[in-house]
Amino acid sequence: MCGIVGLLARRSDYRDDLGKLVTPMLDCMATRGPDSAGLALFRSPLETTSRRFALYAANIEYDWQSLADRCQRELDTQASLTFVENHAALVSPVAVNTFKAWLKKTAPEVHLLSVGQSIEIYKDEGHPEEIARRFHFSEMAGTHAVGHTRMATESAVSPAHAHPFTAGEDFCLVHNGSLSNPYSVRRKLESLGIAFETDNDTEAGCRFLEWRMREGDTLETAIEVAQAELDGFYTFLMATADKMVLVRDAFACKPAVVAETDDYVAVSSEFRSLAHLPDIKHAHVYEPAPEQIYSWSV
Amino acid sequence: MVSLKQLDLTDLSVRQVNEYLHGELLEERPAGVEILNPDGLHSIAAGLDTEVEIDILGHAGYFIAGMNQRARVTIHGNVGWSVAENMMSGVVRVKGHASECAGASGHGGLLVIEGDASSRCGISLKGTEIVVGGSVGHFSAFMAQAGTLVVCGDAGPNLGDSLYEATIYVRGSIHSFGADAQEEEMQADDFEKVAELLSRAEMNYDAREFKRVSSARSLYHWNADAHQEY
Repeated sequence: MCGIVGLLARRSDYRDDLGKLVTPMLDCMATRGPDSAGLALFRSPLETTSRRFALYAANIEYDWQSLADRCQRELDTQASLTFVENHAALVSPVAVNTFKAWLKKTAPEVHLLSVGQSIEIYKDEGHPEEIARRFHFSEMAGTHAVGHTRMATESAVSPAHAHPFTAGEDFCLVHNGSLSNPYSVRRKLESLGIAFETDNDTEAGCRFLEWRMREGDTLETAIEVAQAELDGFYTFLMATADKMVLVRDAFACKPAVVAETDDYVAVSSEFRSLAHLPDIKHAHVYEPAPEQIYSWSV
Repeated sequence: MVSLKQLDLTDLSVRQVNEYLHGELLEERPAGVEILNPDGLHSIAAGLDTEVEIDILGHAGYFIAGMNQRARVTIHGNVGWSVAENMMSGVVRVKGHASECAGASGHGGLLVIEGDASSRCGISLKGTEIVVGGSVGHFSAFMAQAGTLVVCGDAGPNLGDSLYEATIYVRGSIHSFGADAQEEEMQADDFEKVAELLSRAEMNYDAREFKRVSSARSLYHWNADAHQEY
């Protein structure tokens, strides 16, 4: 069992309050997934060609400032830093591949959680309420966010196995369910030169979708291809810089509920995590149908 | 005697509400009970065994009125998974939509869903009568053994898969039948049964508009020559 949540703000002041609205959703779903949690936040895109690199280190007292200083000096680039405990966001115009190669060589203890002009990810092992508090989820602003509370069933409990998973830029996926053929999907992708970071089934789904998008598919088309390729149970909630997308497998064994108003779209595993949302009594509340792709634009 | 008892789930836990319904209620004997602010919480009014009218005012979560006996429970909103699961008797009415597995394994009583019910409605049904005002999702009445499922709207894929002796009546279209389910001609007692259930459910449809679906009974005995193809 796992919990998934997502919130897309249609009203501008709800973007300022995005964290305030989405945090109770995530906290409430802790009962479905108490071992780890994560949140992908999409902010308004950076105006320059810069990228936001979300970073993770196991050490909660990691010296992020020194890493940022070295990045500026050794890569001869600008880098602005924000950090909380073992998570940091570095905004820099440096080329993505240059940064990745430099990070791997210079600081192998640091993991790159996400890259993009909008996305920023926080995920760790521990109770979802504790993670939300540690990283100040309730103070975050953005256009949309997707979160996950995990009860591991098929691979280890670790920060790297926590959701959301990302691949490429400005794309993430959270998953409730379990895939039956992640290794065959993985072998297929590895033969195309795509590298994996964990043995988690969701990572296979995430990288498959991102591979299709890099090949020119829209996310919706990529999902249609994935529906034929992926075997197993899934409620997938995905986000890119400009949309949030939901799909459930044909058997729809993993729950989902959607609440839509003129002001927001909210998705959760269970209605009780939506009950606090503004004007929820007048929201259009419905259960997404199996195999149907639901897509909401920012 | 208390005329109407109100229990507010913003102040009380589900456990406290259920403890009242299982205990103090029997002494107080209110004319009815209103449960406020269910806010998607699970297992509200589960395991009741008394004649009482209960109104849950809002959307509720999983297992609402599960294992119900004799009580009449009305949910003024949507419900999550497995409403009235394992019901033995009484009446459960959902004014909105129901999520998956509505009425699962129910032995008796009447379950009315005024909106749609999603997948696996009436799964493993053992005697409960279910009337759905809207449509039902895939694999409804899966392995249903006894009882009745009346669908006033459409039925999704694999209706009545591996059906035993429960009977399904559908007014609208049927996307597809599951293994061993088949349409059969409506007989006089079918029209009577549907009319009676529609009347008890307060649904205003003509029994003559319904089709009957029941088991072809070809799965009752193992067929080694079928090579697992049904």
